[in-house]
Amino acid sequence: MGLRSVIVVAASLVLAACATVDDDGDDEAPDPWASTYQPRPSVPTLIRNGTVFDGNGAELASTDVLMVDGRISAVGQNLTAPEGAAVIDATGRFVTPGIIDAHSHLGVYPSPGIAATSDGNEATQPNTAEVWAEHSVWPQDPGFYRAVAGGITTLHILPGSANLFGGRGVTLRPVLGARTVQEMKFPDAPQSLKMACGENPARVYGGRNSSPATGMGTVAGYRQAWANAERYARRLRNAEEGEGDPPDRDLELDTLAGVLNGDIILQWHCYRADEMANAIAIANEFGFEIAAFHHAVEAYKIADLLAENDICAAMWADWWGFKIEAYDGIRENIPFVHAAGACAIVHSDSEVGIQRLNQEAAKAMADGNRAGLNITRAEAWTWLSRNPARALRIDDETGTLEPGRRADVVIWSADPLSSYAVAQRVYMDGALVYERGVTRDPPSDFELGQSYLEGAQ
Amino acid sequence: MRLLSALLFAVVFATPAAAQTVLIRDGRVVTNSAAGTVENGDVLIVDGRIRAVGASVAAPSGARIIEAQGRFVTPGAFAAMSEVGLSEISGSGALNDADIDSNTIAAAADAGRAFNPSVSAVAITRIEGVTRAAIAPSSTTTLFGGRGALVALSGRPDSVFRPRAFMVVELGETGANRTGSSRAALWPAFEAALRDAREYPARYQRGQGGAVLSELDAAALQPFARGQGAFLVHVESAADIRRIIRFQRDNPGLDFIIHGGAEAWQVADELAAARIPVIVDPLANLPDRFERLSARLDNAIILQRAGVQIAIAPAPGTVDAHQARLVLQLAGNAVANGLPWEAAFAAVTRGPADIFGVGSELGRLDRGYIADVVIWDGDPLEVQSAPTAVFIAGVEQPLVSRQTRLRDRYHPNRSRE
Repeated sequence: MGLRSVIVVAASLVLAACATVDDDGDDEAPDPWASTYQPRPSVPTLIRNGTVFDGNGAELASTDVLMVDGRISAVGQNLTAPEGAAVIDATGRFVTPGIIDAHSHLGVYPSPGIAATSDGNEATQPNTAEVWAEHSVWPQDPGFYRAVAGGITTLHILPGSANLFGGRGVTLRPVLGARTVQEMKFPDAPQSLKMACGENPARVYGGRNSSPATGMGTVAGYRQAWANAERYARRLRNAEEGEGDPPDRDLELDTLAGVLNGDIILQWHCYRADEMANAIAIANEFGFEIAAFHHAVEAYKIADLLAENDICAAMWADWWGFKIEAYDGIRENIPFVHAAGACAIVHSDSEVGIQRLNQEAAKAMADGNRAGLNITRAEAWTWLSRNPARALRIDDETGTLEPGRRADVVIWSADPLSSYAVAQRVYMDGALVYERGVTRDPPSDFELGQSYLEGAQ
Repeated sequence: MRLLSALLFAVVFATPAAAQTVLIRDGRVVTNSAAGTVENGDVLIVDGRIRAVGASVAAPSGARIIEAQGRFVTPGAFAAMSEVGLSEISGSGALNDADIDSNTIAAAADAGRAFNPSVSAVAITRIEGVTRAAIAPSSTTTLFGGRGALVALSGRPDSVFRPRAFMVVELGETGANRTGSSRAALWPAFEAALRDAREYPARYQRGQGGAVLSELDAAALQPFARGQGAFLVHVESAADIRRIIRFQRDNPGLDFIIHGGAEAWQVADELAAARIPVIVDPLANLPDRFERLSARLDNAIILQRAGVQIAIAPAPGTVDAHQARLVLQLAGNAVANGLPWEAAFAAVTRGPADIFGVGSELGRLDRGYIADVVIWDGDPLEVQSAPTAVFIAGVEQPLVSRQTRLRDRYHPNRSRE
């Protein structure tokens, strides 16, 4: 580690220490759950002469990307390498922002998947808004390393969809070797609330002869909870203004009140067009925003509604048919949402799919273009980085290669919308965190010392 | 018995009425046979069969000519394992014919008799270039998964062309979970079942019954226990695979195909020597089960280099009724991780045909082969590519499905009436 990076690390420690002072300059109690993420040490790095997708929809031929102090410093032609910079020749390679998966269960449904590690659904009552996915995340999940090898630099971990209110989601860096989830938390990224439409809550609770058992029961369940949250939020506000006592602290209502005041963003699992429309009506009734619908297999049927309401849709390229609410899935879902001017996202919801989200974007782009649209590969990349960053409210920090953004960058062996492309180098905050072909001990303690590895050829 | 299955085979391979004489001209023809890939090659289809393949094939009079313009022309893909046709919707409380919850029927379960050629997934799969599939139930209550079938995805009533082609056996964690929750119970149970089957019907007529099998299961298992038809074995760990290899050595005459085999790379040479083929999932690289701790992306490559016959399909537990079309993406990913293109493409065409014993009829573009032929708008192993024409047994399939109809209904450029 050079002197320069020591200074960078020291500077960011000072910043972290300041983070407990709020806008008014008042001292606040430090957040015990705050991110302790620290970028890995980095040197200034110039990636030279690659084909660059800037994450905003532009493709730049023979272009350089300069990363300094963990941030994108410049993107352009014939950039000069600062003294001491690492220079990487990317001729014939492709350079993109790191992929952001807006829907993952790594860590909460880790490998190995056995009963004791199945930690993603607190399926004990339909409203568990009080639970936080981060408290289930096992940082040693071997899936994190595989995700990084697929070009992932940020991912949003959600509770499952058994409940109407599943709990809070968390935006993470896939920090290899992290011992705590706090080390992985994306600094200052808002938490989310995971809600779920449709079949899953009705199946889980209806099967226990309790509510919700039907679609109408799910909507009643949401609305009653939001009505309770409104009252709770009002009493909190009043107490702050000196009117009356604050309510007894209620962790479940804390989460919903956080959505109402905009501190917590809403990620809503919903497949069917009509159910998404109902969700929008509920949001209007109680005055909160929906950041994104997840899975949204029928988003193409209401792409105009999504655009109008500024709601993203996080989708698979081609999953369908595994249940009735996924029956109308079509291969053009993502491109049709994109064509309507709405915010389209390619998500995984899978420890396998997260390793090659670029291929899912490629399928969606090609199918859209076969249907007569005209989507470029650089536009398709917005589904993988800028748009998920927007849905996670971290788009001022990552998702594009604009100067000042975190230097989350992937160098691909070939056009990353090809099946044959692989991530060769992955940078997170300007630090090289993965290099293909470099053998190393597995970052997960779980995999260390397994006999097959010690005895491998 | 033999005669009967030979007759069945002849019937289901009979020429379909609508087969045309078609000459596909100037394609990049992947023959999967000794001719390799023929650039600017022609393929002549007559009476549902390949009549000729070569650099310059004369068009018979009246033949329909299709100019391939240098595009890939290949055999149709063969999903080496799928549940396609066994459900319209797999979840949601809908009937799923792949799930068998019976105390008396497991080995006797017969996937071919549940196959429905009209389910929407069949058309959705074939328009992506997948023309054949091996299907089997996904779950039973015993270590026997039932009898799998080979099917065409033409949607025709006679789609099941090899009923009862193989017997699924769970000899890994899943089998152990269903058999006393232990491999220590699983293997004695498997051996006892084979004895029950070999001694069928005598011991059942005597009233002795089976040690572990119901009479129905014993009858269904009998031909396989006598070496007539392969056991398709779900195993993942190297230790379990070695048990299979040893068992086969001690029981010559029994045929085994491994499906899964995440750790097969560790025993590649032994598998090659035992001539046991492996149906492998090139994406299975997670230690998501204790039997898959050493799963790795280059499993298929290591097996192929060692001389093991491979096919590519989703791993046990991820096989489904709706996404058989993804076998081509799986093969493309094997290429990305080092498998030669020809071997990867063969692993989703010729390989499954050879493994399931129909390699003299399917999986190649060669004279006399059944004309399952696909013309592609790009490299078929690239996710961006799609077929421009699909023939099954010489009959061109419309590139229409329930999904394309929904696409057209909601197309953004369509004027809303």
